[in-house]
Amino acid sequence: MSMELRTSPHLVSDRSVERIMKHVVLSLLPVCAFSVWQYGLSALALLLAVTATCLATERLFNRAADQPSTLGDWSATITGVLLALTLPPAFPLWMGAVAGFVAIAIGKVLFGGLGCNVFNPALIGRAFVQASFPAAITTWVPAFSAQRFTEFAPTTFTVPLMIPPDVADWVKQQAVDAFTGATPLARWKFENVTASAWDFLSGAVTASAGETSAILILAGGIYLAARKFMDWRITVAVLGSAALTAWLFQMVDPSHYPSPTFVLLSGGLMLGAVFMATDMATSPVTPLGVWIYGAVIGVVTVMIRYFGGLTEGVMYAILFANAMAPLIDKYTQPRVFGARQQGKKQ
Amino acid sequence: MKAEVKLDDLPLQDGEGRKPSAAPARRERAAHAGRRSLLFRLASLFRSKGTFAHGIHPAYHKETGSLPIRRLPFASHLVVPLAQHIGKPALCCVNVGQEVSRGEVIATADGRISLPVHAPATGVVEAIGLMPAASGKMEECITLRVYQADGQEVRVRKPRDVDAMNRQELLAAIQHTGLCGLGGATFPAHVKLDVPAEMGIDTLVVNGAECEPFLTCDHRIMVERTQDLMRGIRYAMRASGAPRAIIGIEDNKPDAIAAIAAALPDDGSISVQALETKYPQGAEDTLIYALLGREIPAGQRPAAVGALVNNVMTLAYLGRLLPAGEGLVERVLTVAGPAVESPGNYIVPIGTPLRFLLEQVGATSSAKEIILGGPMMGMTVSSLDVPVTKGTSGVLAFAAAATAGEAPRVYPCIGCGECVKVCPRFLNPAQLGLLSGKREYVEMAAQFNLDRCFECGCCSYVCPSHIPLVQQFRVAKAYNRKNPVT
Repeated sequence: MSMELRTSPHLVSDRSVERIMKHVVLSLLPVCAFSVWQYGLSALALLLAVTATCLATERLFNRAADQPSTLGDWSATITGVLLALTLPPAFPLWMGAVAGFVAIAIGKVLFGGLGCNVFNPALIGRAFVQASFPAAITTWVPAFSAQRFTEFAPTTFTVPLMIPPDVADWVKQQAVDAFTGATPLARWKFENVTASAWDFLSGAVTASAGETSAILILAGGIYLAARKFMDWRITVAVLGSAALTAWLFQMVDPSHYPSPTFVLLSGGLMLGAVFMATDMATSPVTPLGVWIYGAVIGVVTVMIRYFGGLTEGVMYAILFANAMAPLIDKYTQPRVFGARQQGKKQ
Repeated sequence: MKAEVKLDDLPLQDGEGRKPSAAPARRERAAHAGRRSLLFRLASLFRSKGTFAHGIHPAYHKETGSLPIRRLPFASHLVVPLAQHIGKPALCCVNVGQEVSRGEVIATADGRISLPVHAPATGVVEAIGLMPAASGKMEECITLRVYQADGQEVRVRKPRDVDAMNRQELLAAIQHTGLCGLGGATFPAHVKLDVPAEMGIDTLVVNGAECEPFLTCDHRIMVERTQDLMRGIRYAMRASGAPRAIIGIEDNKPDAIAAIAAALPDDGSISVQALETKYPQGAEDTLIYALLGREIPAGQRPAAVGALVNNVMTLAYLGRLLPAGEGLVERVLTVAGPAVESPGNYIVPIGTPLRFLLEQVGATSSAKEIILGGPMMGMTVSSLDVPVTKGTSGVLAFAAAATAGEAPRVYPCIGCGECVKVCPRFLNPAQLGLLSGKREYVEMAAQFNLDRCFECGCCSYVCPSHIPLVQQFRVAKAYNRKNPVT
């Protein structure tokens, strides 16, 4: 009989990195499905192209480093799907591919891969293309157009390195009522027009693929939190602090500042709070730290929206808090059991 | 539950380095009990059973808890180590070839923090020398060839009137039984109970939590030897000066709670309290917090908060051995695990080799990993020649797949923070793990309280990246012990 020598504990739970990541992908699928139903072939093509680029980039660097494949941990898939959901549905595919490459190469592999990245890789990818292609990333197409399952938006297949064609004529042909070409946040900022909660929940607003399905995002988040695959405290802190900040501003000047509901439902706040701020590697781990981290994201988001040059602030708020996370961890180390009494005596 | 006991933790001798009087200690404790109690009492409003923060809920596998204790036959040879307890090893007082009778002292205690060893069977001393021990090292052992034809009654016994003894006589008598902490800590019972009066112990905490998965021997002892246990608790209260005792039992053992509740004395000095079934409920500081709401200050013993913790098995044997004037020659332990055909609780003579024990219970050939103690804190043995000792609370035989299986892929820490959520000492295992990867062992102790880790294994259990955190912490502690910062 051969004996195995191990050290305690001899039992392990069934939690594993693959399992957690797989469930995150699973809970993102309804959001993806909804965006495809809204925007049709263009959204589907973008989703596939970005995810495929992320996976290919990860594999490329595995090979370059002579390491076994790390695609099996599903983390690159999450990055790809999340990144695609933050882009405009008619975003040129080649630009999406650039975003995917940057997300994995600079956002993740450069830091050492899974668990070592300082910033959320998907948001690094998006920040890169936002800076590189400011026109394309604010070019929107209408949801629920009649031909969305039969034809692509003209911008989707833009030749790499070329300027995307103008979509204005194509949008006119789609015969969609009341399409403004601007997101609700931009309309509020520049025209002081706020969209209603129903507009957001029904998906009848202009936005990125993943910004129009608050209910599905929340449902995915609740599923993940219930299965303990996600830290619900961060999501609650982000949404709570954003709502509170918005409420305070509205108290001060109701004519100018929108309602907390508008703030919660508009832009990428819901997607960011549920799926991006909770990214395990880039968020703190201490009990107090997660609340501080979440609160920072919520407050900074609202501040950027209200006082910054950009219409949307979730992305930079999360990246900012990512950078703070190690510091937050450092200064919020939990009080060790039995430590306080000792401190008193000294 | 293995409590952390190191040699330098031993109780101080009377009169040395003690506080001059009991009053300041009591005041301090009362003040700090008051600080805790608001939160603790508030939480108590919402639950009927005691518990602690954090911890885990592994699969408990307590199937053997319903099986009565059975006796196993004697092996042909028993291997009795001289160092089965914490403290100085016993001194051998028999010679090769000498006949010994079951219960006879074959090695005497070497000083106060030491215990005698009694012959676990009638037979002849065949060898005295180094034999494989659970630690993996060779240790000094007395090998007995058992007379199989003998009836194996305990003939060497000195029944005494325990009630007539004074405290010193009581403690001396306890030492003569050779009894140590049977939960696995193996700290000599008489030393543990010898708490100076000025420490002001107000509660004897009786540990019936048995939070380790698979182990059920404490459970069966509480059900089947309730009277022994109650007697032992009274002796321990007298020896330690504690005016009251609380028995804490996890609520997955309702029959044990009921059996003890029925046997409680009328004077109210002993009570029983249900505890949430959660690992590590039976660790000293979590148990004291769950029962009394008191937090042992870091680096101190339970006496600092007026409590003394003893395991139910230890006290049940105390109640049985002390009046009979016998020594500890056997113990009840759980033999279980997926690779065991007839798991259960067995009375096993001290010194029984694991090979014989596993043959008796029908360990299958799939057994790959043999664990002494529970699966969370027990250790694997390298040889089946290792004997059962006083501290062996369980022998578990696992097939490879039942435990970690094919060594799962170790990922880098993904920062999920689950380990922080489960650590009963509120440490930050994630941070400690990152530092140990960089070999910053000194930093781990200085900044992140490495020394407060008692290796309960919760962090390793939940880690989705399968990082061997506890093992890394052991390495770090061992390094720090060898290279003390001056």
